[in-house]
Amino acid sequence: MPKRTDIKKILIIGSGPIIIGQACEFDYSGTQACKALREEGYQIVLVNSNPATIMTDPEIADATYVEPLTPEVLEKVIARERPQALLPTLGGQTALNLAVALVERDVLNKYAVELIGAKYEAIKKAEDRQLFKESMRKIGLEVPESYYIRSMSEAMGAYEKIGLPAIIRPSFTLGGTGSNIARTPEEFKEYVEHGLDMSPVCEVLIERSIIGWKEFELEVMRDLRDNVVIICTIENLDPMGVHTGDSITVAPAQTLTDREYQVMRDAAIKVIREIGVETGGSNIQFAIHPKTGEMLAIEMNPRVSRSSALASKATGFPIAKIAAKLAVGYTLDEIPNDITRYTPASFEPAIDYCVVKVPRFDFEKFPGADQRLTTQMKSVGEVMAIGRTFKEALGKALRSMEIDRPGLVEVLPSVPNAEEIRAFLRQKLQVPSWEGIWYIAEGLRYDLTVEELYKLTHVDPWFLNNVKEIVDMEDGLRLEGIMVGARCNVPLLKEAKAYGLSDARIAQLTGTTEESVRSLRHKDNLRPVYKRVDTCAAEFETYTPYLYSTYEQECEARPTDRPKVVILGSGPNRIGQGIEFDYCCVHAVMALREMGYETIMVNCNPETVSTDYDTSDRLYFEPLTLEDTLEIIHLEKPQGVIVQLGGQTPLKLAVPLEKEGIKVLGTSPDSIDRAEDRERFAELLRKVGLKQPDNGCARSMKEAITVAERLGYPVLVRPSYVLGGRAMRVAFDEKSLRDYVQKATEVSPKHPVLIDKFLEDAVEIDVDAVADGQHEVFVGGIMEHIEAAGIHSGDSSCALPPYSLPRETVEEIERQTQVLALELQVLGLINIQYAIKDGEVYVLEVNPRASRTVPFVSKAIGIPLAKVATKIIMGKTLRELVGATGRSPLPYTAVKEAVLPFIKFPGVDTILGPEMKSTGEVMGLDKDFSRAYAKSQMGADGLLPLSGTVFISVRDRDKPGAALLAKTLHKMGLMLMATRGTASLISKEGIPVQEVRKVFEGSPNVMDYLKKGEIHLVINTTEGNISEKDSFPIRRTALIHHIPYFTTLSGARAAARAIESMLKGQVEVRPLQEYYQRKNSVVSSQ
Amino acid sequence: MKKRAVVALKDGAFFEGWSFGAEGEAKGEVVFNTGMTGYQEVLTDPSYQGQMVTMTYPLIGNYGVNLEDNESHRLYPHGFIVKEYCPYPSNWRSRASLDTLLKAHSIIGIQGVDTRALTRHLRDHGAQEGIISTEDFERESLAKKIRAIPGLVGQDMVREITCRNPFMWDSTRKNGNLRVVVYDCGVKYNILRSLSGLGLEVLVVPAQTPADEVLAKDPHGILVSNGPGDPEGVPYMIKNIKKLLGKRPIFGICLGHQLLALALGLKTYKLKFGHHGSNHPVMDLSTRKVEITTQNHCFAVEGWEGWRDTHHGPVEVTHVNLNDRSVEGLRLKDLPVFSIQYHPEASPGPHDAGYLFERFLGMMKGQ
Repeated sequence: MPKRTDIKKILIIGSGPIIIGQACEFDYSGTQACKALREEGYQIVLVNSNPATIMTDPEIADATYVEPLTPEVLEKVIARERPQALLPTLGGQTALNLAVALVERDVLNKYAVELIGAKYEAIKKAEDRQLFKESMRKIGLEVPESYYIRSMSEAMGAYEKIGLPAIIRPSFTLGGTGSNIARTPEEFKEYVEHGLDMSPVCEVLIERSIIGWKEFELEVMRDLRDNVVIICTIENLDPMGVHTGDSITVAPAQTLTDREYQVMRDAAIKVIREIGVETGGSNIQFAIHPKTGEMLAIEMNPRVSRSSALASKATGFPIAKIAAKLAVGYTLDEIPNDITRYTPASFEPAIDYCVVKVPRFDFEKFPGADQRLTTQMKSVGEVMAIGRTFKEALGKALRSMEIDRPGLVEVLPSVPNAEEIRAFLRQKLQVPSWEGIWYIAEGLRYDLTVEELYKLTHVDPWFLNNVKEIVDMEDGLRLEGIMVGARCNVPLLKEAKAYGLSDARIAQLTGTTEESVRSLRHKDNLRPVYKRVDTCAAEFETYTPYLYSTYEQECEARPTDRPKVVILGSGPNRIGQGIEFDYCCVHAVMALREMGYETIMVNCNPETVSTDYDTSDRLYFEPLTLEDTLEIIHLEKPQGVIVQLGGQTPLKLAVPLEKEGIKVLGTSPDSIDRAEDRERFAELLRKVGLKQPDNGCARSMKEAITVAERLGYPVLVRPSYVLGGRAMRVAFDEKSLRDYVQKATEVSPKHPVLIDKFLEDAVEIDVDAVADGQHEVFVGGIMEHIEAAGIHSGDSSCALPPYSLPRETVEEIERQTQVLALELQVLGLINIQYAIKDGEVYVLEVNPRASRTVPFVSKAIGIPLAKVATKIIMGKTLRELVGATGRSPLPYTAVKEAVLPFIKFPGVDTILGPEMKSTGEVMGLDKDFSRAYAKSQMGADGLLPLSGTVFISVRDRDKPGAALLAKTLHKMGLMLMATRGTASLISKEGIPVQEVRKVFEGSPNVMDYLKKGEIHLVINTTEGNISEKDSFPIRRTALIHHIPYFTTLSGARAAARAIESMLKGQVEVRPLQEYYQRKNSVVSSQ
Repeated sequence: MKKRAVVALKDGAFFEGWSFGAEGEAKGEVVFNTGMTGYQEVLTDPSYQGQMVTMTYPLIGNYGVNLEDNESHRLYPHGFIVKEYCPYPSNWRSRASLDTLLKAHSIIGIQGVDTRALTRHLRDHGAQEGIISTEDFERESLAKKIRAIPGLVGQDMVREITCRNPFMWDSTRKNGNLRVVVYDCGVKYNILRSLSGLGLEVLVVPAQTPADEVLAKDPHGILVSNGPGDPEGVPYMIKNIKKLLGKRPIFGICLGHQLLALALGLKTYKLKFGHHGSNHPVMDLSTRKVEITTQNHCFAVEGWEGWRDTHHGPVEVTHVNLNDRSVEGLRLKDLPVFSIQYHPEASPGPHDAGYLFERFLGMMKGQ
C-alpha cells in the first residue's frame, strides 16, 4: 500500500530520562523512526526531556521540544504544532502512557490528532492485565491464574485460591516497578501493600507463581495488510521469576523443537491480531512448563521495547525503522531489507550464530538494596555478544561487562573444606542473583551435578551443560597448560579460543600473563576471523559490514584501504557511564564521516545508537577489551583510535593501546595521566598558580586522623584506587572518619586513603571546553550546581549559564580553564570541576576527555561539542569550527536535573552524597533560571506544588536558611508544617506553622500526613547517621507517593523560586530550533 | 576422542571437522538449509534423497529427537553437516540424541565445520556434489570419487523412495465422506496428517500407479506430493498427470507442482543453490498477502506474467517468491487444478500456508 498522504506532520514522543527499565534503546528506536519518516517527507515534531539523546539533536526532527513529558506540556506542543498524527510506540512505556492520558483527556480528539501504530483500545488491551487475560482466553491461550484486587481484603481472597508463592504486580507501572514474589504470608501482605501504593490506579494483580518455568520472547511485526512476521525468538537462561531485563537471554531460542516453536509462533500471531496492534513491533512473552510443555501467554508490549532493540541488533533487522514506515501505511513487502538490499522486509531473519545478552548491575552503589533478582527489574545496563556457539558468545559477553572478570572466573574464596563450599553454593544458587552464572560454574567445579544444579536454579540443563563444557575446558587448560614442551599446543589453544575464553582467562588458568598468551597466539597466527550479521544466514550477498569475531576458517571482513578511524564505544550502561558517552561517540562518527573518513565503531551495548549498523561505516559488535580491540585494529589498520569520547571504558585502554604502538588520537595519554595522577596534578597546579583544596594522603588510621586534623573537618575521604566518586565520603568529625576508614576501605601502604579539605557550602562548577592543543580554547559551558559541593556532580542539578555567580568569578573560571587546557595541551574535550568558596576559585578535578555533561551543554548552546572536538582532533582549528554566534552569551537558561533510581530499591535511602547514584537526566529550558528549573523538576517527575503544605525538617546548620525559606513559601501562599525544632524557629519569625511529630514520636506523625496526601512538598536535610536513619521513612514515603522532596537547602531554595515563577504564569513550550534562532539573532543584531 | 572428518566439494573446496553419527563415507549433492529449528523433520524429509544437508544454524541437536516429529519412516540425506553438535539434548519430548538417530540409520555426520563459509561457497559457486569422509582425507582421492557421483539433473530419484504398495493413512478415518489419492513421490507425513485432519480419507499410492488405477479408486481429488530431484527425471508421473487433468481436482506440492507444470507443457530449470529453509516470503498475488513459507527445492518452474495458454486452458502464476521473484504457485483457469512450490504442510516451518489444504478441500467439494 502506498504511504499515507493525508498526514503531513507526525508527533513522536521520546522516553525521557534514562531510568532502570527504560534506557537508551528508545533513543535508538526513536532516532531510527524520525529518520525513516523524514526520509518519506513527513514533518516530525519530537518531544523528549532527555538532552543526552541523539533524537533531540536539532537535525533529527523539524521541531524538537526538549520539554517535560507530561500531558499538560504535550497538549501545549500539540496546540502549537497541530500534527495530524501521534506515533506513541517508539518511546517506551512513557510515551504509551502519555498517549493514553492524551486520549483520556480528550486532547487528541480536540486537536484532531490520530494515533498511529497502536490505537487506544489496543494499548488498553495489552496493558490492562484483566483485559489482556480475557483477550487471551478468547483466542484459546492460557494465562497464569490471577486475580485483580484493589484492597487488602480482596488480596486475602486471592491468597486463599492461589496460595504461595504468588506474584504481586501493581498495574500501570514502569519496568515491573513494585512487582514482587511473595513466599511467606508476611511477604504477601507487605508486597501487596507496597504494590497498592505503587500503582497509579491502586490496582494489584495477584498471580499464580510460575517460577522455574522456561521463558521465551517473540518479537513480532505486523502491517496494515495483516502480514505478520517473527523477527526473533529469545530464550531466557534465567527461568520465570526473574525479570527478562535482569535475565541472561539468548537468541534464537535453543531448546524448542520446530513443532513447539510453531505453536508459539501461531500463538504470537493470534495475540498481536487479537490485541489489535495494527502496525509495528510487539514483544510477546511465553512461559513453558519444563516437564509437560504447557504453554502460557505472559505479557505483550504493544510497542518497540528493550527486547526489540536487542532483537534488532541480534538479527540486523531494524524493527523501529520498519515499524515507523508501517505506521504510515507501507506494507512489509514494500520495504527493502537494508542489509541484502534487494530482498524485502517481509521475511523472518535466519540467524547463523548465537547471541547472548547479559545484564549489568550496580548494586555496590546502593548499600542496603535487596540484591535478589525478582520480577522487578534492577539492572542498569546490558551487554550483548555474538559468537558461533553459545559458549563463545557467553565468554565474550562476560568479558564485556567491565567488572574485571575476564570470563567465568572463580568467585569463591578458596576454603579447604569442599563440603562447606558446596553447602554455601547450594544456598547461593537457590536465590537468583546477578552472580548466578558464576556460581553455576563454581558448582560444577565443586562437583555439583547438572541435575542438582537444575533443581537448585531451574536453569535449563542445556545451558548448564554448555557451562560445564567451558568449565571442563578450563580444567583441561589448568591441568595441561598450553605448552607442549617448548611449543604451543595450537589445537588446544584454538579450541579454547573457540570456547570464548579470553587471553586473560587463559593466562589465569595457565599461570602466565595475558601478553604472553597473546604473543603465543600471534606467533602461530591464531587470530579471530570476522563474520557478518546479514539477516539471512549467508543465503544472499550482503552489503552492510556489521561484524563479529569468532575462531573459524573464513574471514569476511574485507577491510578497505580508505583513510579510517576506529572509535571505541562506551560499553554497558552503568551508573556514571551512560548514554551521554554513546552520544559523544555517535557525534564523533558523524564528524569523521563529514570529513571523509571511514568510521569503524566498536561497542558491545545493544541499547545504543552507536551499535545501529547505520551509524558508522563499519560496526564491530565486540567486547571493549584490549584483546578484542587489538585484533580489530590489526585487521583494519586505521590511522588511529579515538578513546576520549566513550568515558571510562575506552579511556582505560589508552595507555595499553599506545604501548602496543597504536596511535591514540587527541589528547596524549601522558596529558591524561598528568591530570589523573595526584602528585603530577598538584605539581601542574603549582606550576600554573591555581589552587586546589588542601589535601593529604594517609596509609594508616593514625595518619588519616593526623591529616584530617591538619586540614580541619569536614574532610572528603576516598580510596586512592577507585575513580568516579566510588566509596567517597564526607567526614564531619573524627568519629565518622574512623568509621569510614575502618568499614569502607582497606587502608594500607599499598592502598592509601586520599583526604581533601571539604569546602563546606561551596558552590560547585562544571566546565566543558574544547581545545586545539596549542592555541585556542573554547569554553562551551559553565554550569553552576544547585546543590552545594559534596554531592556528586552527576547527581546535582545545574544551571547553564550560572545563575548566582558574579561576572568576575565567571571570567576567572574561564581564564583558569584556558590556562589548564593549554598547559595540558588538550586536543579535544576537557572537563573541569571547580568549587567557589568565599569568592575564591578552587580546582577540584580536571578530566581531559568527554564528560557526562557534554550532550547537555551541546544541546543548551546549540553547538555539538563532541563533533567539534573530533574535527579538532583530526586537524581542524577552532576558528574554522566555532564562529561568533557560537561564542555569544545565551539569552535563555538550561537546567539539568538528575533522575534517581531509588524507587526500584526498597530499603535504600534517597540521600545524595559524593557517590553518584543517578541513572539519567532531564533538561529544562526557558527564558530564565526559575522557569527552567521548574521545568527540570517537572521533567524529573517532581512536579512542584503551587499550593498546599510544605513539610520542613532540617539539620541545625540549615535552620537559619530554612526560616528564610519558610518566609518565602508563606508569602507565596503555601502552608507550612515542621518538626519541633524547625517549627519553633519558623514561628519565631512570625510565620504560621503546624508542628508535627517526628516518625519516632508516636502518632499522628509526619508519615501519616504524607500517606494521607496532606503534604505536597518535603524539605528534609540531615547530618549524621542517627538523624539519617530517623528521617529515612519520610524520604522513602515521599518517593513512593511521588511527593517532590529536597534533601539540600539549595535545592529547596531553587524550588521556591520555581514555584514563584510558575505562580506568575503558565508554562510555555518552544522548540530548540527557535531557541537557537533567538541566540543567533541576538548576535547578529549586536 | 574426537575423530577427524572432512567435507570435500567437486570444485575443490575443503572443510575440516570431526565425526558424529555414523562413520565412513557419504556422497551426494551438498545443499544448505537456513531453518533454525526442525533438523529432525529435515532428516526424515524424502525430498532430501541423495543430498547432504548443511544446517546454517550452528547449534544442532539441542532438543534431541522424539517420536512425533518424523516426516517419514527413515532418514534420507546421505550426510549431515553442522557447526556444533549438542550431545546433551534438553526437551521434555526428547527420546534420544541426534547422534543415536544418525547412527541407527547409518547416516554420516560431521561437526566443527565452518558452515557459514561452506554456505557462502555454495551460494557463490552453486550447490554441487561432495563427500563427507571419516576415512579418506586426501584431496586428490576424494576429488576422484566426487567426479563419479551422478548429478541430480535428469535422474529419477522418486523410484528409489516411493512406497511399494498403496496404503490408507490413518485407517480410523476410513468412513470419511471425501477421498483423496496421494501420489507418493516422497510424501511428507505432514501432508497426510493435514489432509486427514480435514476429515479426508487418504489413500497413498506409489508414483508408478497408472492414472486409470487411481481413477478406479474414485477419489474426489488427487494430490501429487513433494519429492526429490529433477521433475524431468520422472516422465511416468508427467504422463499420469496429463491423463488426470480434467478428471479430478488436482493439487501439486513442490515436486508435484513442477510435474504439473511439465504436464501442462511449461518448463522447469535448476536453481543455482535451491531454496531450503523456513523463512521465504511468498506473495499470494490474488490477495497481495505475504506468507512465510517452508521451501525445499532445487528446481523451479520458469516464470511469466499474466495468463498463458495450455492444452487445458489458461494457466496463471498465483504465488511468487519475493526474494527472487521465482514462481511459487500455479492455477488453471478452467479446471480445479492448482499447485504450490513450497510446503503448505510446513513441518518444519511456519503454518502460514495451511489454508491451501482447505482450498483443495473446497475444490473437491465442487466449490
